[in-house]
Formats: sequence, structure tokens, C-alpha cells
Amino acid sequence: MIIYGTALLAACHLLGIFLGDLLGQALGVKTNVGGVGIAMLLLIFARLYMAKREILPKLTELGVEYWGAMYIPVVVAMAAQQDVVAALRGGPVALLSAVGAAALCACVIAFINRTERPAVAAEPEPVLHNELLTEAE
Amino acid sequence: MIEILQKAAAQNGLVTAFAVVGVVMLLSMQLSKRLTMGRVHGSAIAIVIGLALAYWGGVRTGGHKGLADLSLFGGIGLMGGAMLRDFAIVATAFEVQATEARKAGMIGAVALLLGTLLPFIVGASVAWSMGYSDAVSMTTIGAGAVTYIVGPVTGAAIGASSDVMALSIATGLVKAIIVMVGTPIAAKFLGLKTPRSAMVFGGLAGTVSGVSAGLAATDRKLVPYGALVATFHTGLGCLLGPSLLFFATKAIIG
Repeated sequence: MIIYGTALLAACHLLGIFLGDLLGQALGVKTNVGGVGIAMLLLIFARLYMAKREILPKLTELGVEYWGAMYIPVVVAMAAQQDVVAALRGGPVALLSAVGAAALCACVIAFINRTERPAVAAEPEPVLHNELLTEAE
Repeated sequence: MIEILQKAAAQNGLVTAFAVVGVVMLLSMQLSKRLTMGRVHGSAIAIVIGLALAYWGGVRTGGHKGLADLSLFGGIGLMGGAMLRDFAIVATAFEVQATEARKAGMIGAVALLLGTLLPFIVGASVAWSMGYSDAVSMTTIGAGAVTYIVGPVTGAAIGASSDVMALSIATGLVKAIIVMVGTPIAAKFLGLKTPRSAMVFGGLAGTVSGVSAGLAATDRKLVPYGALVATFHTGLGCLLGPSLLFFATKAIIG
């Protein structure tokens, strides 16, 4: 059933947020520490475990994948409720940090890729989880 | 007539939000295809439209929640709010293939780590030099320079103000657009030829939409390799942003 997937996602989400809150309390800060990231790791491990035991039918996967595919639309909705008017007063910050970050990363990419030995054997193509979802992003 | 329609839309806020965002996405995909020949990713255009709508909403109501301040579009506040946003982000972890990811090996992990640290340092430094000198704002803007998802997730976790969050999203967005448009132009300089180079690129360049669109415009075969590493980007950023990077920033700033 498709709800199993969504329920798995919800369980990982809640457990991740809970662990993040616990971690935050343990570290003495009154905030959630990496709850979303912990939830993501939990979901990756849950998926590996369930796939290995063959208790992860396609329909269950769809219950998670639907929400993964919704992530761009949700981000659009998130963008639509930001305080843009206030942000525009600090205009150059966004532009400068973005250009700076992109330029620095481009230089590091160029540097790392120049160290690559040309004699790399042809590697098998990675099979992505769901091609439709990959395209959607 | 109009009033009845308005009432129906306002009372079914979340459903209205789905419809509105759907129309925005449709418009963006068409604009992307027809106006930019697919060079600028549709999702990036959609986010720009979203931010423009937020600006319009902010100017109209004088509130701080953009379009969501208009009662007709209140559902946007729920759809793009913390709960559904985090839910959707966690769901994307499902697309990560751990076995494939392991093949990226050390260099992918190093690129991923550098791809989180370097943009963060640049973003936080620029924020500091522009007067955003408290640790929360510096971390949020620095995280925004990682990706436009990491920024708001980090900001929400450490309690940044809405205008800093918007700034952080804008930073990530500008970076995503630079990656999308700049990658095919800079492909030769970046050395984008092999799967390994695409993985390095995916780790360092960040955002999934930026990386997949940038690689698609460069060499379609490289897309899965880059996207594979890039899908880890948001997770790593969300893990490090509100924790390690925030504490480090706080320790340095005092």
C-alpha cells in the first residue's frame, strides 16, 4: 500500500527531528541540530535494509517518491512566502556571495579534474532510482 | 460569482496552493523551453516567479510572509511551510543509491565536503563584510551559498529572521542560475569529460537542479554521475549547517 511508504517517510522524519532536538539539547543549544539531515540518513538506511529483505514493493516506494518529486513545487511555495521586500534592501550580499562561491568552486573543480589520470577504464552507467523523478528535478 | 469563487479558494487554502504552484511550474517549464532553449532550468524560473510573487505580496500587504499574507493564497504558507518543506526534502534522500554513491569513492566525498565548506565560508564572509555580523545571519547566508535548500533549513533551525532567510534563498538561487548557465560555457576550463570529473563537479557545484541542468547542457551522458553526488549535497549541508558550521561560526565570531 502506498501509505506504507508515506508512513515510513513520516516515521523517519519524526525520528530525525526528535533525534535532532535531543542532540540540540545534549549540545546545550535550544535548537534542532541537523534533524532533517539525520532523517535523510535514516531513510537511506531504511531503504537499504528493506530492499535487502525484499519488503519494499514498488507501491511503497511510490509513497515516498511522490513527496521527493514534490520538492521543487514545495520550494517554489516556500519562495513565494519569503520576505523578499526586506531581502532586496541587502541586494549585493546575495549577488556577491553567489558569484564568489561559484567562482571559487569552479577553480577547485578545474584543479581536481586536472589531477585525473586519463587511463580511466569505462565505468558502468549508474542506474538511477527512478528516471522520471530524476528528470523532474 | 467572483466572491463565491474567492471564498471557495480561501477555504481550501492548501488545494488552492497546489493549483497555483502547478500553474507557476507549467509557466516556468514553457518559458524554460521556449525562451531559453532549456538552458535555464524550469525550476529555477519557477523559484524566481515565486520570489517575485512574494515581493508583490509583500508590497501589497506590507507583511512579512510574501504571497501567504494575501488571504486568498494563505495555503501557500502551509505548502511552503516548515512541515511540508522538510517532509519533501527528507523524501529526496530516497533517490540516493548508496551502492552507486560508494563508487564515487573518496574524491566524491572530498568534493562534497569542499562543496559545502568553501561556499559557506565565502557566503558567511560576504555576509559579515556587508554588516550581517551576527552568527545566525552569517550561518544562514553562508548556508544559502551552499544551496537554496540548505539556507532556509539551516536558518529555520537556528532561528534566523525571514529577511535573512530570503537573502539566503536568493544567494542559493543566484548560484544555481550561475551553475546552470555557466557550466556549458566553462565546461572546458572545468575539465568536464569523464564520469569522475562529473562527480567532482556534482559535489562542488551543489544544487541538484543547477548540476543536472548544467551537465545536461554540456554532455547528457554525464548527468547521472553529477546528480548522484549532488543529491547528497542538500543532506550534508542540512546536517552540517545548523550544527558544525553554526558552532564554528559562533566560536569565531564570539
